[in-house]
Amino acid sequence: MLEQAFVGTRKYYGLLAGLGFLIALGALGYYQQLTTGLGITGMGRDVSWGFYIAQFTYLVGVAASAVMVVLPLYLHNYKAFARIAILGEFLAVAAVTMCLLFIVADLGRPDRLFNIIKYPTPGSVLFWDMVVLNGYLILNIVIGWNVLEAERNDTKYKPWVKYLIYVSIPWAVSIHTVTAFLYAGLPGRGFWLTAVMAPRFLASAFAAGPSLLILLCLLVRAFTKFDPGREQIQTLAKVVTYAILVNIFLFFCEIFTVFYSQIPEHMMHFKYLFVGLEGKGQLVPFMWFSMVGMIVAALAMVVPKVRENENTLAWACGLIILTTYIDKGLGLISAGFIPNPLEHITEYWPTGLEAMITLGIWATGFFILTVLYKIAVSIKEEVRA
Amino acid sequence: MGINRREFLRLAGLSTLLGLGGKTAFELLAPGQLEAQQYVPEPGAFKAKRWAMVVDMRKLDEKTAHKCINACHLTHNVPDIANPVNPAAAVSPEEQVRFRIKWLWKEDFHNAFPGDEHDNLQEKLHHMKFLVLCNHCDNPPCVRVCPTKATFRRPDGMVMMDMHRCIGCRYCMAACPFGARSFNWRDPRPYIKEVNLNYPTREIGVVEKCTFCDERLSKGQMPACVEASGGALIFGDLGDPKSKVRDQLRTYFTLRRKAHLGTYPQVYYIV
Repeated sequence: MLEQAFVGTRKYYGLLAGLGFLIALGALGYYQQLTTGLGITGMGRDVSWGFYIAQFTYLVGVAASAVMVVLPLYLHNYKAFARIAILGEFLAVAAVTMCLLFIVADLGRPDRLFNIIKYPTPGSVLFWDMVVLNGYLILNIVIGWNVLEAERNDTKYKPWVKYLIYVSIPWAVSIHTVTAFLYAGLPGRGFWLTAVMAPRFLASAFAAGPSLLILLCLLVRAFTKFDPGREQIQTLAKVVTYAILVNIFLFFCEIFTVFYSQIPEHMMHFKYLFVGLEGKGQLVPFMWFSMVGMIVAALAMVVPKVRENENTLAWACGLIILTTYIDKGLGLISAGFIPNPLEHITEYWPTGLEAMITLGIWATGFFILTVLYKIAVSIKEEVRA
Repeated sequence: MGINRREFLRLAGLSTLLGLGGKTAFELLAPGQLEAQQYVPEPGAFKAKRWAMVVDMRKLDEKTAHKCINACHLTHNVPDIANPVNPAAAVSPEEQVRFRIKWLWKEDFHNAFPGDEHDNLQEKLHHMKFLVLCNHCDNPPCVRVCPTKATFRRPDGMVMMDMHRCIGCRYCMAACPFGARSFNWRDPRPYIKEVNLNYPTREIGVVEKCTFCDERLSKGQMPACVEASGGALIFGDLGDPKSKVRDQLRTYFTLRRKAHLGTYPQVYYIV
């Protein structure tokens, strides 16, 4: 099947070359970071995690959302999703790969990466995150590949694959739960110290991930001979609608607890995000755009006419991807550190080099995604021809 | 006689497996204890059941605080990012704030004890500069989160750093409620004017913090800051009822930073 990755149109090679260029730029930036240290980023002693960890968190959600295709298909026998399950699984492969790269990019001593395995520490949530992310990556590669190969040979996949699929369903939930636990169990960080973090992570993931999958399905239809299907896209749209509503609901649950209890350690971070503290509030416009945009998109998705028209659906999905990205990729991580535990306020903004490395990793993910989708789509075209 | 190639490979493979497995199993059963058990104190070393510090703010004026900070930072090769050895290595004021390394430093009352201040505080509290440092907590969140046990707690209560094992993930910095941990965002060496050859300097990409001067205690010396404090900092064994720290805690009312978080800090303040 791999041979399909090497035969393609000029557009396919052009896209890969473009992504390759961004990857090379990212690698150059990373070389600079390796030699002079993480000081090239905007992070510092007060905001000690930044853009990399935020992207990682967001992408774990995208990866986990593959379960929204896999679960209806294999547990409820919703046959329509058999057509696009592979797109969900391959999206998960690309997203988890980016997650792992973002973690490595964030390490001060990547040369000692394997100390996590050499000195396993089950008390550390980061150890478990390493276990579940790598496990999820392997599960999706093995499952996706076997199911696709069976489809190509017009046979049923081997029985043991079925068991792996069943394992992959709770495993998808686990990757985002463990990632939430990285933050939600720290005594000195009032912003993250909330039991609703894991559920909220899952809700925003199941909105953002399938939204991205809808856009990818529309692209696949526009640029190849394989049509992922109208019904499939419509079912995904309903998943997105409910998930984004649950996410907004959970956000207001959080707001209620924080502001009705009036506990300063919990309130000050929300104040920083939404009104600013001591004149510092560079994220304020982003956060308001994110929350208002998310509510507008959610309400629009509830209206059947908007959802059923694929043009307006694409716009709503785009808005959901953007607003959840601002919420998780910009606000969530840095606001946990602002103000710091001594209530000093140091703001954070990524530097150009940091953005370049980040873009390089995204390009790596999309490179993998392009190659995997090319293989999947070629086989789908071949089978249907 | 001798063994053939096949037999050699089989034995080598097996013993590697067992060796790896044995070590792992040991660490799983007793996490964080390995380093402590390998530690054998030198003769003449100060030993304790539970090290702790009392900061007597009645005796600690700003000048003394500076003396303590200087003593600590000189002893441990803590870089002064604002003052490079070579002016070419100078960084912007904004970067000085971000890259700063602090083992022992000064804070105002409302920063050292957030939430404990009110509008009509005693006048002297407005002017006091509190010395803050790693609290060597009894229940340290930094140790709990470290994925490699690069930071670990010794049986005598010291929370230690193994800077050769640290992978620089900075999870401990997110976990510490006291901001006591610093990361080497760039090479610290160009910012150390006088290098103390008896203590290592650090590399890019690892976390560091106060270690209660374990290296001095092991030679029978008090921590550098305590020695420089002229009696404002009191250090000793909480396990010994006759120790000076126990006496102070018995006699005076003391505060601890963020005690409600359940980390059980072991630096006490007399105001």
